[in-house]
Amino acid sequence: MDQNRFLQNRFILSELVKKGIRLKYRRSYLGIVWSLLEPLLTTAVLTIVFGTLFANKDPKFPVYILSGRLIYSFFSQGTTSALKSIRANSSLIKKVYVPKLLYPLSCILFNYIIFLISLIVMGLLCVIFKVTPTWHIVEALIPLFNLLLITTGCGLILSTVGVFFRDMEYLWTVLLMLVMYASAIFYKPERLLNSGYGFILKLNPLYCVISDFRQCVIYGKSPYFHVYSLYAFIFGVVSIAVGLWAFKKNEDKFILNI
Amino acid sequence: MQDVKAEEIETAESTAIENKEDNRETVLKVEDVSMLFNLSKEKNDSLKEYILALLKHKLKFDEFWALQDVSFELKKGDRLGILGFNGAGKSTLLKVIANVFKPTKGKVERKGVLAPMIELGAGFDPQYTGYENIYLYGACLGYSRKFIDQKIDDIIEFSELQKFIDVPLKNYSSGMKTRLGFAIATIVEPDMLILDEVLSVGDAKFRKKSMNKLKALLEKNVTVLFVSHNVEQVRSLCNKAIILDHGKMLAFGDSEEICNQYEEMTNS
Repeated sequence: MDQNRFLQNRFILSELVKKGIRLKYRRSYLGIVWSLLEPLLTTAVLTIVFGTLFANKDPKFPVYILSGRLIYSFFSQGTTSALKSIRANSSLIKKVYVPKLLYPLSCILFNYIIFLISLIVMGLLCVIFKVTPTWHIVEALIPLFNLLLITTGCGLILSTVGVFFRDMEYLWTVLLMLVMYASAIFYKPERLLNSGYGFILKLNPLYCVISDFRQCVIYGKSPYFHVYSLYAFIFGVVSIAVGLWAFKKNEDKFILNI
Repeated sequence: MQDVKAEEIETAESTAIENKEDNRETVLKVEDVSMLFNLSKEKNDSLKEYILALLKHKLKFDEFWALQDVSFELKKGDRLGILGFNGAGKSTLLKVIANVFKPTKGKVERKGVLAPMIELGAGFDPQYTGYENIYLYGACLGYSRKFIDQKIDDIIEFSELQKFIDVPLKNYSSGMKTRLGFAIATIVEPDMLILDEVLSVGDAKFRKKSMNKLKALLEKNVTVLFVSHNVEQVRSLCNKAIILDHGKMLAFGDSEEICNQYEEMTNS
């Protein structure tokens, strides 16, 4: 019976994930191509602004920017849609029993799938800017996995808070902006790390993930690898534990607030 | 409530027919179920107001007990009619039984596959097409992918929406949405069916069709709970009935006497 319940939940989850992906670009002409085009265009803009105008001489700068941008985008979109997921599905929640955990999980998963597809662009730029692959690329799976953990944990916490405090949607937009500036997406972290404010970067799990990912893919080495990975992993696991606890504790009250 | 119970035990001991009923399986047990809503929750939607209210010790709730100590049992094949005036708690009771609400107090024990037919026209994603919504809603109702693949044509045919099945649901009329919801929910043969005033919506043709489908299901010994304002419907379809008034269970028992009691209430 539990086996059946699990399979059924997996089916519901897959349907919800499919819905997220299908509806994301349904009304647009280019559709899913936007998942590839948008990061490309943003990278072009950021390269021009921070590369040319701010005189950043790294020839691989566009790849550097894109890697940070894609990871940050997933975190931002995954957590934001998880935050709104319960409210967005309120009509279904009021009609039939579905384990509510599936709603934020499906949001994070469908965004993750779109993120993985957008990594194709990353591959394309690596070829253009002559980034040579080493076996370290396989190690990139670790920061990608940590990224999923961190986003899931934050998404779960936010989805619970978002039901009771609508304000969170606006607050999170601002916090995401802080996270973006503290993730060294379009600037090199060396200067910040060497000043007294390096801790801002090091405490940001997203920076750890981005840094590790860049080390593996672009530079083909891993100096800070293990410390950052461990921190990101622990952050991810703890945030998921907290998120699950908060969610389970409050899920029966959701329906009274939507 | 105590008197009704005593009466039931007496009749059970004296009649042979009642003894036979006792051997049937209990498929639904509602025990002391109470449901509390907080009416002022709407006002505490923002962080600022919540903190202010917390600091001023003004976090008093506007309590509303939609259900209070409702208890009854149903055996396999019972058909329960739920009667009561508007606001008595009928839909809330159905939703608690359908596991949409978790009761504030008490518990509900269910056996078997439950098909809830509550707000049939709602719950669909407006951007999704009819075809896609069938899969999504079917999954939520507990159908497997294989089952939906097999039955998708039957569902589309029953709902008579062949031409519109690839149109997004926001373009459907309310009648079309109800037809679709009804088709998806009744394609399976559940152990227990929960109906929330669905027999009264739709045009005459649809009502006839849905009534026939329900009658077919009833012949298969499905346990049914349904809310109705139509006492005649309850008399003809149900063998048991319950009256709710302001969240409390006024009476529970055989449909004939409960219906009479309800009619007396309406006429007084």
